[in-house]
Amino acid sequence: MALSVDIQKQLGDFRLEVRFEAGDETLALLGASGCGKSVTLKCIAGILTPDEGHIELDGVTLYDSAARIDLPPQRRRVGYLFQQYALFPNMTVRQNIAAAVRDKSRRQTEVAEKLRQFQLEAVADQKPGQLSGGQQQRCALARILASEPKAILLDEPFSALDSYLEYQLELELADTLGGFPGTVLWVSHDRGEVFRNCRRVCVMDRGRSQPVTTLEELFRSPGTEAAARLSGCKNYADARPTGDAVSLPDWGLTLSCGRPVPEGVRRIGIRAHHVRPAAPDGENCFACTVERVVEDVFSTIVLLRPEGAAPEAPLLRMELDKDVWQAVPDKARLTVSVPPEAILLLGS
Amino acid sequence: MDWYPLYNSLRIAAISTVAVFFLGILAAYYIAKLPRLVKGVLDVVLTLPLVLPPTVVGWLLLVLLGPNRPIGAWVQDHFGLRLVMTWWSAIFATVVVAFPLMYRTARGAFESFDHTLAEAAQTLGRSNTWIFWRVRMPVCRQGILAGTVLAFARALGEYGATSMIAGYTPGRTATISTTVYQLWRTDNDAEALRWVLVNIAISAVFLLAVNLLEARQRRAGKGGGR
Repeated sequence: MALSVDIQKQLGDFRLEVRFEAGDETLALLGASGCGKSVTLKCIAGILTPDEGHIELDGVTLYDSAARIDLPPQRRRVGYLFQQYALFPNMTVRQNIAAAVRDKSRRQTEVAEKLRQFQLEAVADQKPGQLSGGQQQRCALARILASEPKAILLDEPFSALDSYLEYQLELELADTLGGFPGTVLWVSHDRGEVFRNCRRVCVMDRGRSQPVTTLEELFRSPGTEAAARLSGCKNYADARPTGDAVSLPDWGLTLSCGRPVPEGVRRIGIRAHHVRPAAPDGENCFACTVERVVEDVFSTIVLLRPEGAAPEAPLLRMELDKDVWQAVPDKARLTVSVPPEAILLLGS
Repeated sequence: MDWYPLYNSLRIAAISTVAVFFLGILAAYYIAKLPRLVKGVLDVVLTLPLVLPPTVVGWLLLVLLGPNRPIGAWVQDHFGLRLVMTWWSAIFATVVVAFPLMYRTARGAFESFDHTLAEAAQTLGRSNTWIFWRVRMPVCRQGILAGTVLAFARALGEYGATSMIAGYTPGRTATISTTVYQLWRTDNDAEALRWVLVNIAISAVFLLAVNLLEARQRRAGKGGGR
């Protein structure tokens, strides 16, 4: 039981090249908006046709350019949860779910069971416009599961909701998907959402997929700047490897990495919360002037200029608990440090 | 009073509305999928009757369907049918002038249709025919109803092209509009007034019915919309 995707598609100037495999798991497709995540899902569902490649689900070829196979969406057995759910506005909840049951003889019992399972019995005869956001999502999921899909694709399921409601729905969605035996593809640009719900991730950057990794790996060593950005890293600088250290010409610094730095490394990333006020004589310490202080909701963001930095060099962003910043004696000039293992080594 | 013109006008409008309903919707559905250039050209050609003077439409129809013209002669030879100067000749005229109204309103409705609804239905295993009749048409029903009403009203009021292709023969091709013109021409103001009142009454009843229908639909659709 697995989904295997290897496709290419040209869309104007934009080139999509995606390759990944997913087992019976929830695999995240993580990427900035406009990176081709939705196009990828639509190719898998059969709504769009790739130019070239191969898509296989549970041993069935859904698409193969060489063998001229291109199953219509109706025969792919792929459930698709659209951003706005795409419930039929002219039908009741009951009719929406019934529309997905292929076997006519089992339609009534199947619909009754789904209504009960998704707690939709009370609103069964209402139209989608009368439902709350949560009920709409449950109705859409009930409809998808009623069509007995082998894989489920989630297209940014929470893009249009406020954060409290989003959290509630996320828990419900996770519960529902927990009981689903096949492959789930969870498309998102939100690292938190992905971290909470998936174990493995495929990062997409400007139409290209990167090798599938675990979430832990993505946050520990993202490997590319695109992946580092998606994992929330805020600071980047050009780098030259020098043995176990990197030299950073922009900031006039050389920082130890505590491990051999591969020759191919050209950039490094430093997470804002790994930059810490420090005593002047420790490892990877350097003096900075404070350029700006921004109070965030639960933390303080301090923008620093390393003292050896070139004039046009990017500022270094440090994020601290508010009380830690309060305890810093000199708020104009301070020494900070970065733990060697916290320096992310990025290839091109 | 001879009621033939009323009967004739209503049957011509009704038949042409049915024809235009299907033709307009099919054209709107399929033309929306064509490449942009072809779509632009077809759009102009199909909308032209809306802005052309009815006499120009009538003349063009006569050029095509007249007894000594290509299509007219062919039908005459093979079926022994004359295409002009019969009661149903007017249907050609009303279809051509009413078509753009149906086509354009249906196209507007289809263009604002949320295509993810169709995509969702496809992934749920539903055929394109099912999607068309059970999702696309009901969701677009406001626009399609508006187009149908406009087409019927336009067909009922058609005069110029109708008078050219069907003429005015009392009891055979006379419609309300050609009758009013004929009565005015022969100084029969009293009779003309009667037909004018009949026409105004039909139009008023018709518009009232449409308004009631829309109001009922708004009530039924309240909260059940998007």
